[in-house]
Amino acid sequence: MRIPLLLELTAEALPDRIAIDSQSGSLTYAALQSAARSVASLLRRHSIDNAAFLGLNSPMFPISLFASAIAGLPFSPLNYRLTDDNLRQLLARLAPAAVIVDDGMTERVVGVPGIIPVRHEDLRRAMQLAPPELDPPPDAPSDTAVLLFTSGTSGAPKAAVLSHQNLTSYVLQTVEFLGAQEDEATLVCVPPYHIAGVSSLITSVYSGRRIVQLESFTAQDWVRTVRDFSVTNAMLVPTMLSRILDEMQRGEIELPSLRSIAYGGGRMPEPVIRSALEKMPHVEFTNAYGLTETSSTIAILGPEDHRLARGGNPKALDRLKSVGRPVSSVAVEVRDAEGRRVAPGVPGEVFVRGDQVSGEYVGMKSTGEDGWFPTKDLGWFDRDGYLFIDGRLDDVIVRGGENISPGEIEDVLRVHPAVEDTAVVGAPDDRWGERIVAFVVRRKSATVSAEEIQSWVRERLRSTKSPQDVLFRTELPYSETGKLLRRLLRNEMTRNDQD
Amino acid sequence: MSGPPGIIRKQTGAEMIKPGSRWKSKVCSAEVVIVRSPAGEAHPQCGGEDMVPLGESFEAAPIKPGFGGGCSVGKRYKSVANGLEVLCTKAGAGTLGAIGEALTVIEAKKLPASD
Repeated sequence: MRIPLLLELTAEALPDRIAIDSQSGSLTYAALQSAARSVASLLRRHSIDNAAFLGLNSPMFPISLFASAIAGLPFSPLNYRLTDDNLRQLLARLAPAAVIVDDGMTERVVGVPGIIPVRHEDLRRAMQLAPPELDPPPDAPSDTAVLLFTSGTSGAPKAAVLSHQNLTSYVLQTVEFLGAQEDEATLVCVPPYHIAGVSSLITSVYSGRRIVQLESFTAQDWVRTVRDFSVTNAMLVPTMLSRILDEMQRGEIELPSLRSIAYGGGRMPEPVIRSALEKMPHVEFTNAYGLTETSSTIAILGPEDHRLARGGNPKALDRLKSVGRPVSSVAVEVRDAEGRRVAPGVPGEVFVRGDQVSGEYVGMKSTGEDGWFPTKDLGWFDRDGYLFIDGRLDDVIVRGGENISPGEIEDVLRVHPAVEDTAVVGAPDDRWGERIVAFVVRRKSATVSAEEIQSWVRERLRSTKSPQDVLFRTELPYSETGKLLRRLLRNEMTRNDQD
Repeated sequence: MSGPPGIIRKQTGAEMIKPGSRWKSKVCSAEVVIVRSPAGEAHPQCGGEDMVPLGESFEAAPIKPGFGGGCSVGKRYKSVANGLEVLCTKAGAGTLGAIGEALTVIEAKKLPASD
């Protein structure tokens, strides 16, 4: 099955429902389908292997995504935050390709060999023509629906391959066809190059939900958009939720239309979700865990678990630190370094298998013969099957032969009343192999010393987990999609050692 | 399980029952999309009659006795015998089936929107 079918079915069933809503205009499902067909036929006039997209959220993003799929071309949304050099290197890897580009970004892509810029005015012109009802399907459509460049921590970014099969099985297994009520609207504020930007589009289309787009995220715009467009559902990364809570408090704002918030894409600090549960008592929360390589969500901590936590149930409060249980269409296992499945409570690498799991990169396959994909995430199951993610395997600190997960220390630090934000990394150490360094952002007008931080950890975890160094900062480095950039902090420590 | 006389089946065999292909009932308004191909030969049926590829002409037929249970839009149906799985995209009065047996509805656990 291929993703254009998802739009085709909804456009037939609900032609007049609004599909895309944004400050720059709205499109019905029938209009979205017609626009996608027209743009597909424009793309097919070129001799190209791929279609890239460089731009902010706008109706052009869903149009281009479905148009590329109809034209049988892999679609690659690119990170507009990259430097020109890096961006042009990625484009060169996609050539020969068309790149659908926002008006203000055209200059960044001209002159790359084999790259044809397609401007929004070109799309608008194509869309004014009647949709080519009788365009035959492409002769050899690509099995690849989407190519997403992952933010590699070292070396060149890898291009994760998501097939039509991966994405449609994700949608079919997790979403009900036309399951959205007529008044439902979801707010998409993650950028097009994030897996959730892609998956939220196709799941919302299949469920017949109105999709409201935010060009790019600020807490103020988000809150305003929720109110202006009567948004009912939203997906956020943790840093966004924390800023939204601040904004709501600052402006004494309530958001009565909002019914549910899904969060994921990074570790949710416990104080943030606790505060959200308290400040938005009418909102259902869902924690969704997934990776680019798994077509988004593979485990869910659902509204019921969050309701219990809101009511103060101690077990449920503990489980707020988990990512819930695997969805029924995938299998998840935790394995030790020898590849053996481990017992509940024992940490190891998280492996996943299922139709939605790609685990494939351009030129490289990462799944084994049996289809299991090693996520490189460190995690463990509790006895009831709840999965806890401790962080990336690469981030584990090895101190004197002991494996220490930074996440565990960060969780303890975050509940210190004077700590606003924190990051724990390993730094080279001649005697112990690595030493533990805690970066701490203090709350405004709060005071806390390095010694107090060290003893706070020592009293709550083992003494071997107390940081040797505590460094105070005014802020920590995050990517635009809310991922803590630990490698920048680690590099800093390595550099300091060499000085 | 062939259709009424005069209708020539263009193709037969499992290779035609592809995921993503769309089928129309001869007995009612029902339409389906194939989600999973059957193991072996198992034409999708509705109301006891073979369904036809959407867009092809056909002669309407009555619902066979015992196959008037209906089907609902948005539900997925599955054959336990051969693994055929379909999504109902338009509701109808006929029972969905394969090889003369009714398909069973997959009771999907409703998941919260996660993205």
